[in-house]
Amino acid sequence: MNELKLRIDQSLIAEWIQPGSRVLDLGCGDGTLLTYLHNHLQASGYGLEIDPDNVTECVARGVPVIQSDIDAGLSDFDEESFDYVIMTQTLQAVHYPHKVINEMLRVGREGIVTFPNMGHWRSRMQVAFNGRMPMTPALPYEWYDSPNIHLCSVRDFEELCEQEGIEILEYTTVDHAHRTSLGMRLFPNLLGEIAIYRFRRELGQVIG
Amino acid sequence: MKEALSAESPFPPDSVGLVTPRTQHFNEALTLESGSTLNGFDLVYETYGELNATRSNAILICHALSGDHHVAGYHSEKDKKPGWWDNCIGPGKPIDTSKFFVVAPNNLGGCSGSTGPQTINPATGKPYGPEFPIVTVGDWVKSQSMLADVLGIERWAAVIGGSLGGMQVMQWSFDYPDRIGNAFVIAAAPKLSTQNIAFNEVARQAIMNDQDFHGGHYEDHGVVPNRGLMLARMLGHITYLSDDVLDEKFGRELRDGRIKFGYDVEFQVESYLRYQGRSFVDRFDANSYLLLTKVLDYFDPTSRFGKLSAAFEKATSKFYVISFSSDWRFSPARSREIVRALLDADRDVTYVEIESKQGHDSFLMPIPRYHEVLSTALNRISRKL
Repeated sequence: MNELKLRIDQSLIAEWIQPGSRVLDLGCGDGTLLTYLHNHLQASGYGLEIDPDNVTECVARGVPVIQSDIDAGLSDFDEESFDYVIMTQTLQAVHYPHKVINEMLRVGREGIVTFPNMGHWRSRMQVAFNGRMPMTPALPYEWYDSPNIHLCSVRDFEELCEQEGIEILEYTTVDHAHRTSLGMRLFPNLLGEIAIYRFRRELGQVIG
Repeated sequence: MKEALSAESPFPPDSVGLVTPRTQHFNEALTLESGSTLNGFDLVYETYGELNATRSNAILICHALSGDHHVAGYHSEKDKKPGWWDNCIGPGKPIDTSKFFVVAPNNLGGCSGSTGPQTINPATGKPYGPEFPIVTVGDWVKSQSMLADVLGIERWAAVIGGSLGGMQVMQWSFDYPDRIGNAFVIAAAPKLSTQNIAFNEVARQAIMNDQDFHGGHYEDHGVVPNRGLMLARMLGHITYLSDDVLDEKFGRELRDGRIKFGYDVEFQVESYLRYQGRSFVDRFDANSYLLLTKVLDYFDPTSRFGKLSAAFEKATSKFYVISFSSDWRFSPARSREIVRALLDADRDVTYVEIESKQGHDSFLMPIPRYHEVLSTALNRISRKL
């Protein structure tokens, strides 16, 4: 078995996953995370991916992958079919993040997302001093040619969760080199470049 | 079966080369889903590559409506064209015959050598003609499993089929779940749509209304319902191609460069369709065609199992469902129905939609991404044998 290289956000996620879980990975890329979860935690499940080359990579790894557009919804999946629905570095690229998050909690018991934090000081500096849309190591795109159409900050995300009746179970932030530090733990919205959240529907909330 | 390729082989190096079909006779009676019985039958088939010592590297190819057992290679050095899926099967090709042993039978009811309407009915001493019992996808798969027994293949590494062939692949997973390791369901549908059945009915009417049809007993009259069969094929052919590809190929191009205000062939597409129709009647039997359209119409696992996901409940294979963006005969949405059922049944499924222009016929085309997906999946399968 080739040793897989997980990004730090992926390895942090892997620490949160219970062995033997059923997992749906939205925007699963080349299937690295699912392969890792399968090999190390006997997790099973599927990846959703829209990029043809990534789909072929998943086929090469033997990861069950459904070529599909997340924005078209998760209607192929029944309610609570998965223990975890994971979406890494994709939330900011979907058309309706709030709908996707609610869909995640329809088909899964818990959701896990990672996204680039627009509240990071480097982004704030660029807006404040240059008057320009931020371009940072975690956000390397020009504003007009970016897949990231719904950027948000840690505070924005937490507000959305509250508004949608979603309970945050765990979170952490890392920098663009995927390290974490005491500062990031104390001031996540200022110092964290990539945010990672695990959440579920608040008890007593009606789904839908 | 495959002759050694000499240095001066007239065939391309990635061809399986010269192949000779074989015929397997079965003495045992086959009870069909319709209740009729065939007292013994023949299956004609071809094989490519070598069966390994553990008999674990066999792949079954299931053909579509007008396909047959001649899938790859050439029957003679004079053949202008190789088998119908030669671009995909051969040494180094996606279905790699240096790794896999490929088996391709002609289905019962066909007209290429397996028992069908043109076969002599032992009870009457005359060809069955329209009296040949209607077979189903289930009957086909049963007869294919008997061929697997004869060849000593307990479990297929993969069963692969496009269109009606994809329906046979699904049927294998319903009826013989332990005998199939990987299922490739390509450009298929869980059952025909109303529109599909309607097209088939027009095709049947074209054949049955031909003056030379004689209720299917045309051979007794020394004629063949060529015009009806040709019409049926022309209609079918339109549904196998996309609007775009027809437009790209022919546009409104005129054969003689000008409109003649008459009913002779004027547009290039008319000439093309007539050619397709005519060349089809040379190789296909009208009674077989009628029968095969019925096989398609009747395939409906949902009616047998209540819902499609229940049909897949016993399946143990890995599934690869592949569709083509321009296919409107069996559109990607129909493949998604299969995927949805497999997800509901918690099966191991991968779904790939290939961008293509050629419509339903895409599954026969050497589209780079399509072949890449097939070879990637099959390489992995061969490594795990």
